Amino acid sequence: MTELTFIAQLGIYAMMFVVLAAAVAAVTLRNLFHCALALAGVLIGVAGMYLAMHAEFLAMVQILIYVGAVMTLIIFAIMLTQRLGAGDVAQNNKQSLFGAVAAAGFVVTLGGILWKTPWPVKEEAVTSSFSASDLGESLMTTYVLPFEIIAIVLFAVLIGAIVVARKDAPKGAEQ
Amino acid sequence: MDQLFVGIKTALLSMLGTFMPDWLVTVHSVLISATGIAIFGPLTMMYLTLIERKVVARMQNRLGPNRVGKFGLLQPVADGIKMLTKEDIVPYKADKLLHLLAPITIVVPALMVFAVLPFGRGMIAADLNVGILYFLAVSSTTTISIFIAGWGSHNKFALLGAMRAVAQMVSYEVPMVLSLVPALMIAGSLSTGAIVAAQAERWFAFTPWGFVAFIIFYLCGVAEVNRSPFDLAEAESEIVAGFHTEYSGMKFALFYMAEFMNTFTISALAATIFLGGWHGPFLPSWFWFLLKTYILIFVMIWFRGTLPRLRIDQLMGLAWKFLLPMALVNVVVAGFWYMSSGVIRTFGSIACLVVAFMVLTALNRPYVPEKREYTFAEN
Repeated sequence: MTELTFIAQLGIYAMMFVVLAAAVAAVTLRNLFHCALALAGVLIGVAGMYLAMHAEFLAMVQILIYVGAVMTLIIFAIMLTQRLGAGDVAQNNKQSLFGAVAAAGFVVTLGGILWKTPWPVKEEAVTSSFSASDLGESLMTTYVLPFEIIAIVLFAVLIGAIVVARKDAPKGAEQ
Repeated sequence: MDQLFVGIKTALLSMLGTFMPDWLVTVHSVLISATGIAIFGPLTMMYLTLIERKVVARMQNRLGPNRVGKFGLLQPVADGIKMLTKEDIVPYKADKLLHLLAPITIVVPALMVFAVLPFGRGMIAADLNVGILYFLAVSSTTTISIFIAGWGSHNKFALLGAMRAVAQMVSYEVPMVLSLVPALMIAGSLSTGAIVAAQAERWFAFTPWGFVAFIIFYLCGVAEVNRSPFDLAEAESEIVAGFHTEYSGMKFALFYMAEFMNTFTISALAATIFLGGWHGPFLPSWFWFLLKTYILIFVMIWFRGTLPRLRIDQLMGLAWKFLLPMALVNVVVAGFWYMSSGVIRTFGSIACLVVAFMVLTALNRPYVPEKREYTFAEN
């Protein structure tokens, strides 16, 4: 089955290329809506990468949350901006050189750290595949405290959103 | 008879296996399933248009299409040819690329979700262990296509329709996902195949939580595919045709195709998760699956023939104030059902759900202004 592996690898590299191209497009295109769509492409591509790494659950959640919900939110935000549809939004300003230098430094530092750190990978961790039920079980047992804390944070965010969205002076009957 | 299609595929593969290397046979195994779906999807769409027109016509005391072919059976073909030969009009100010991209990208997820539907015993293109999530994730990308269509057309009606569609779909996705949670809890798996297998004894729709979840899921599904009475996104009387106002010819047909294929897949998923999927006596399993799906589609058409369109505030209110809390209560009830046993299991669950329903309807009672007393005027 070496042929199949070869085809799969070809596909993965093609996907990586598409993700990178879309990422560049997202920060260089001059039309905000096109940028948002390029970002959606990046997110879908990343989900594809997860799939290639046998993290099906993560891939699906990535699409469901980032492409389904967050992208919609971003597009709604773009709809509320001025110069909607005007293809002349500058993507860089005078500080872009410093920005590029800083980003390059960050990448080099991070890459160095990643390169030097020994990764203690067990054999069975690489070969075995984890299902959604394993994930749920570890969330409910080993990682129950972080899980609960996240739940509280999300709850607070929910209440905060309602408080922000509420009308200022609720008086009289409902609309 | 039961294994008809599986048998055909196996025969084809063994025939190919005589002269092809192993890896090419694997590729062909995928290709055969994909081709089957790629033919089945559009074919379903073609005849769903005919069924819809016929059924609605009967409900309105008309005959419906009956000129092309026997009983109008060739009408979809005639429609297809008409669509293909129509002029393709792109508005002058439209974003040309996005205008073209939208109808293409909307069909892709509509076809992709067919992969996880178990059409019969052993008839599933890809039994993913995250099948349900796959379905929800892939179908949620439709919102972006709709937005591209609305934005790329450079038309106010199209943009309004797209905004409505996206707001509606995002809202209804929440109760829809939550209504599936009880079924996943009881079946203990996200795979569609395992969920069907868990219903061999009893369909989920015949349990208290399953019944409620089925109703919620079905209503959300109708809203998710923008069908009447939730068709505000393409309300003819208000915003011409919503997000596909500026589309003509085959591009319009692709939107239509996506909509009808989504109708089919949502009904099929409801049948899979709550109505026992392909389980049924005597008849072949795929026949049972299609029968259940088409009954649900018939009910959707029935909705269209019967109910007037909702207002946007009623639509949003239904999703956020009623379906969402009801779905949350239902998750808790399913947990109770799983942990308890005996008489208290059934009656306790039913009691919880009835109380929740009554409380929610009482809280959601629409505001009715008091009747005025006219002191100085005669009636």
